[in-house]
Amino acid sequence: MSKYHVTTTVNNDEFEFLCEPTQTMLDVLRDELNLTGSKEGCATGDCGACSVVMDGRLVCSCLVLGVEMEGKSIETIEGMADGDDLHPLQQKFLDHAALQCGICTPGVLVSAKALLEKNPDPTETEVRYWLAGNLCRCTGYDKIIRAVMDAAKEMRAA
Amino acid sequence: MQYEAPETLAAAVELLAGTSGQARILAGGTDLLVQLHADMTDPDLLVDIKKIQELREITNVDGRFTIGAAITGAELGEHPDVKKIWPGVVEGLELIGSTQVQGRATIGGNLCNASPAADVVPALIAADAIVHVAGPAGRRQIAVEEFAIGPGKTSLAKDEIVVSLSFPPRGERASDAYLRFIPRTEMDIAVVGCGISLERDAHGICTQARVALGAVAARALLVPAAAAAIIGTSLDAAALDNLAAAASTACSPIDDKRGTIEFRTDVAGVLARRVAKIAYDRAG
Repeated sequence: MSKYHVTTTVNNDEFEFLCEPTQTMLDVLRDELNLTGSKEGCATGDCGACSVVMDGRLVCSCLVLGVEMEGKSIETIEGMADGDDLHPLQQKFLDHAALQCGICTPGVLVSAKALLEKNPDPTETEVRYWLAGNLCRCTGYDKIIRAVMDAAKEMRAA
Repeated sequence: MQYEAPETLAAAVELLAGTSGQARILAGGTDLLVQLHADMTDPDLLVDIKKIQELREITNVDGRFTIGAAITGAELGEHPDVKKIWPGVVEGLELIGSTQVQGRATIGGNLCNASPAADVVPALIAADAIVHVAGPAGRRQIAVEEFAIGPGKTSLAKDEIVVSLSFPPRGERASDAYLRFIPRTEMDIAVVGCGISLERDAHGICTQARVALGAVAARALLVPAAAAAIIGTSLDAAALDNLAAAASTACSPIDDKRGTIEFRTDVAGVLARRVAKIAYDRAG
């Protein structure tokens, strides 16, 4: 099987890689670019653990092919903190203990950031619907929702 | 597997017509990538159609909307004019999957996946949408209710591509709606879906209607008898009873883990009443 040469931007850095046409973006991020923050939960687009933003759209990276990354701009969890300075959402997740095992957390954070960029003042219902594609088997969701609402409040005041 | 992302429709059709092996079209990939991952499909050629401009456009010429096949749910939901004129079509597409899936899943993909429970399809049938198809012999049009021929099967030839969906112009007092029944509040597959598009006159009398049902037969159904039950009425109690009865009569569903035959048949009538009232209120 011949490989495809792809040039893409991830977290504002340009990357070039070779990939098989059957590899997903998630495979490429984790196995070719060593960006292992995005997790594989289901590989069928149900759980959201692999959520990334591609050209401004929240997507499951397991449902995008690596070859489709050509010319695109991708944002992953690795681009969220500014060096040692956590994003307000990340800090609020710590403050509210909004995680236990942590597998879903990168996807939840990427999704929540995408929401707050589109809607800085969401209602609790809007947060719950937006995050319906991010499954968490530990928290029961309540702490996640509280952390996102609190982060949104802090970000509006900043 | 070979991957190609042609920039013209002609090149895409040529690729499909020229391959001796199995080819699959890639739009949003939310069904196809799952099938690839599960080894349910093993194509020799993947034709990504998202770089073809005509498939990525929404146009409005004298009130006739045309929606490119590769327009996603998120994109359609952000289009103010389509949402105003065809709210039922927009809500049907927006019900599919999560926020993440909405960023990728396309209107043409939901149609071509040909699930009897596809959410946008009853809304498209109610809207009297036309499917525009391109192939080696040129273009042809298919009424959307004739597009699927059974679960997972469409009337497309192997070298044909869905280009767009077009919609008839709307009167002043016209609107549509789509509802589905699911046991959860979001991210599920319709147990029953119902789309209704109607027009009313200045006196509140329904002058035109199209009623469509999903997940109650091998493909989504247009139900003319249900439309006839409300045309000429102001959606009074008797008209709604007749509508519900006609909708239930049209059902030939299966029993499965999501709903029994009896339940689906009953719910089709319940949803038809609710959807007709929403569309009627929106049209007023």
